[in-house]
Amino acid sequence: MKRKNKNKLNTNNTNVFKEGMKDGIPIALGYLAVSFSLGISARSAGLNAFQGFIASFFTNASAGEYAAFTVIAADAPYFEMLVVTLIANARYLLMSCALSQKIPSELPWYHRLLIGFDVTDELFGITINRPGKFNPYYTYGAMILATPCWATGTMLGIIAGNIMPARLVSALSVALYGMFLAIIIPPCRKNKAVALVIMVSFALSYLMYSLPFLSAMSSGTKTIVLTIIISSAAALLFPIKKEGTEQNDA
Amino acid sequence: MTHNIYIYIAIMVGVTFLIRVLPLTLIRKQIKNRFLQSFLYYVPYVTLAVMTFPAILEATQSPISAAIALVIGLVAAWFNLGLFKVAAICCAVVLITEFFI
Repeated sequence: MKRKNKNKLNTNNTNVFKEGMKDGIPIALGYLAVSFSLGISARSAGLNAFQGFIASFFTNASAGEYAAFTVIAADAPYFEMLVVTLIANARYLLMSCALSQKIPSELPWYHRLLIGFDVTDELFGITINRPGKFNPYYTYGAMILATPCWATGTMLGIIAGNIMPARLVSALSVALYGMFLAIIIPPCRKNKAVALVIMVSFALSYLMYSLPFLSAMSSGTKTIVLTIIISSAAALLFPIKKEGTEQNDA
Repeated sequence: MTHNIYIYIAIMVGVTFLIRVLPLTLIRKQIKNRFLQSFLYYVPYVTLAVMTFPAILEATQSPISAAIALVIGLVAAWFNLGLFKVAAICCAVVLITEFFI
């Protein structure tokens, strides 16, 4: 029985990989644009194209890398790099905890390392919201486009600086947000609690952004604070009904 | 520059990797606690919503083109057009509106 399931999985993996690649296209395009501007700040921090490429290829974090480049620019102690990276990327800890609930317990460790390697806002978003049973090859399909684009964009930003037309960068930068909307909005049609949570998130996020005394707080920290507060409130007010099935509805 | 850039990069890569991988490797069981379950269920929605707005307004050359892209993106997402189409529509809206701004 187990063997039969395994064979069926293998034939599906190619299709699931392709499906992941398709959903990875907007992510990769968005990454190219965003990491290009990240490359410009890497350049001013003193990184060369190769250093920028490997930094982005192995880190895969926008706010986290940006914060790290400011540490490099300041020639700050290594310990500061550790703390800054920890804080700027803390939301990935939450995302990985959420993702651990979607992953079947029998998934081997090497799949866990590979998936974990690239838990970004976007790849997390599409992975956790893909309906049905978890399949790591979906994430790999998106990763194989997204990661090289992220690294290449950073490298190009360092090399080319301001060559890419501003109009094009501007248009590409909203690809990521469009994708976020495509992930969070459709479940609102069925689930009123999710719809309310998203509206409150938009409102509080805007409030935090506008309040002058909070402006010193980094966007990564704001994301963590709001995520913990709003998700806790939602969990208390609208606890989910049954165990284990909810992720599939999302 | 007294510090080595490669050591900086190694610290950044190492810390980020551990943050992401530890929960995935250590939490092997389904969490039974109803509050924690519900909390983790809402996390992705809140995180993505918070990162989208108002950040999208600063992503483009003009907040107006971004705001139009946001509204049209919301409508397109509501009608379940899928990741790629919604993303492409938002890009097109920005590209077109910025010709008139």
